[in-house]
Amino acid sequence: MIKAKNIYKSFNEKTVLDDISASFEPGKTNLIIGASGSGKTVLLKTLVGLHDADAGEIWYNDVLFSRLPFKEKKVMRQNIGMLFQGGALFDFATVEENVMFPLTMFTNKSYEEKRERVNFCLKRVDIIGAEKHYPSELSGGMQKRVGIARAIALNPSYLFCDEPNSGLDPNTAILIDNLIREITQEYNITTIVNTHDMNSVMEIGDKVIYIYQGKKWWEGSSADILQANSLELNNFIFASNMTKMLKKLSAK
Amino acid sequence: MHSFFELFGRYFLLMRKVFTRPDRISVFWRQLILETEKLGLSSIAIVAIISVFIGGVIALQSSFNIVSPLIPKMYVGYMTRETMVLEFSSTMIALILAGKIGSNIASEIGSMRITEQIDAMEMMGVNSANYLILPKIIAATVFNPLLMLLSFIVGLAGGWLIVAATGVITISQYVDGLQMEFNNFYITYSMIKMAVFSFIITSVSAFFGYYAFGGSLHVGRSSTRAIVSCCVAILIFNLILTQLLL
Ligand SMILES: Nc1ncnc2c1ncn2[C@@H]1O[C@H](COP(=O)(O)OP(=O)(O)O)[C@@H](O)[C@H]1O
Ligand SMILES: [Mg+2]
Repeated sequence: MIKAKNIYKSFNEKTVLDDISASFEPGKTNLIIGASGSGKTVLLKTLVGLHDADAGEIWYNDVLFSRLPFKEKKVMRQNIGMLFQGGALFDFATVEENVMFPLTMFTNKSYEEKRERVNFCLKRVDIIGAEKHYPSELSGGMQKRVGIARAIALNPSYLFCDEPNSGLDPNTAILIDNLIREITQEYNITTIVNTHDMNSVMEIGDKVIYIYQGKKWWEGSSADILQANSLELNNFIFASNMTKMLKKLSAK
Repeated sequence: MHSFFELFGRYFLLMRKVFTRPDRISVFWRQLILETEKLGLSSIAIVAIISVFIGGVIALQSSFNIVSPLIPKMYVGYMTRETMVLEFSSTMIALILAGKIGSNIASEIGSMRITEQIDAMEMMGVNSANYLILPKIIAATVFNPLLMLLSFIVGLAGGWLIVAATGVITISQYVDGLQMEFNNFYITYSMIKMAVFSFIITSVSAFFGYYAFGGSLHVGRSSTRAIVSCCVAILIFNLILTQLLL
């Protein structure tokens, strides 16, 4: 369970996060949605401590994460996996080395045990036979999968994904979304996913938070979102002609 | 001026993050060997080529310039040796390395920054500054003084080759000059300078890369700024060290 209480964050006088409070439950895929530039990435990075909040509290279960000294934060982070927007795979390392990296840094496993874990994680995300490839040799979708494998290598209790399906074709995007949802349920992880993709919302959104200009504008489940009576949210959801058409059709 | 001090402060804060105990000593050693190869061994060829030519040209020029019969010809060897050991093999080679390994480091770390690879490391709980930068600084600071020695020896050999090829003076005159009044401390002085310059090159260029932001355009720009800053710092420290050591 992660709880954010009254988070504020600004860069050079520019307020990016404006009084955000939210809670995220384990075993659920929690989505943070909003337009580009609305502050999703900053919120995610603030939740994991890559940015320090200007004000507010961040709780991981009963630990006040935002006040932890740096050393203890470091230890906590071994329990947090994160998938970055571009994958952020280390380009100096092969696929196998990427997934093995956290194991080498934080466990005393033997090379054989590490390989076993790496193979397990890669198989879980359906990457087979690419262990010795470098990230630049992989497609975008495969990079995201390897990113997920690396994020779950240490068996984290928390998983953060920043726009996991940006830059992917719709089919691959849905596969990645479902993979995240399956892993979340399988290991009872508290998962938070940033997205601006309405397909993801309908596909995997157990809980949805809509961010508009750095404020939490709406919160609910994907079942309620189409009926939400917020103009800004409606504009976001029904941005494309296709979704507008669907709305008309479903109204008939 | 304000931003200059701010930059300075951030540099020292980064160095404090760099100079901590590595998370994994065994991983650190592996990285150190890799970086020694990347930053030091890979520069051997360029250092040797430049030094052999410069040594040759110094010998040639000084023999052209000694026209007075009162000055012994062996001064050609003496001048080649002194120029190489005092300035060329340390300061000039360092300026060249600033261009070569400085831009390499700044763009490598800069692109890791903008593609969030550094965030990914921090996220795992790894001290990215320590992991990425410390092996580079130590590798270059320890190994590059050997490049200075190499440059010195190859430079003298370059002079020898030119003397042998052109016959402007006799080889024994050249060799006598090389041995004339040699102050051993100059080699130590030059190696110390090279160590300090290498520290500057690696740490300053890593600093500019580490705080890169934006797109690849910015990475290119910060790598240019890194090289310029390294060169200025090298020239200033050259004065300071010469005042202190000689
Ligand atoms: N490190 C930073 N320094 C200054 N401004 C930033 C920084 N990171 C993000 N911002 C600003 O915060 C706003 C929200 O950005 P972001 O969270 O990346 O949006 P998105 O919802 O697309 O992920 C943007 O206007 C961006 O310019
Ligand atoms: Mg974003």
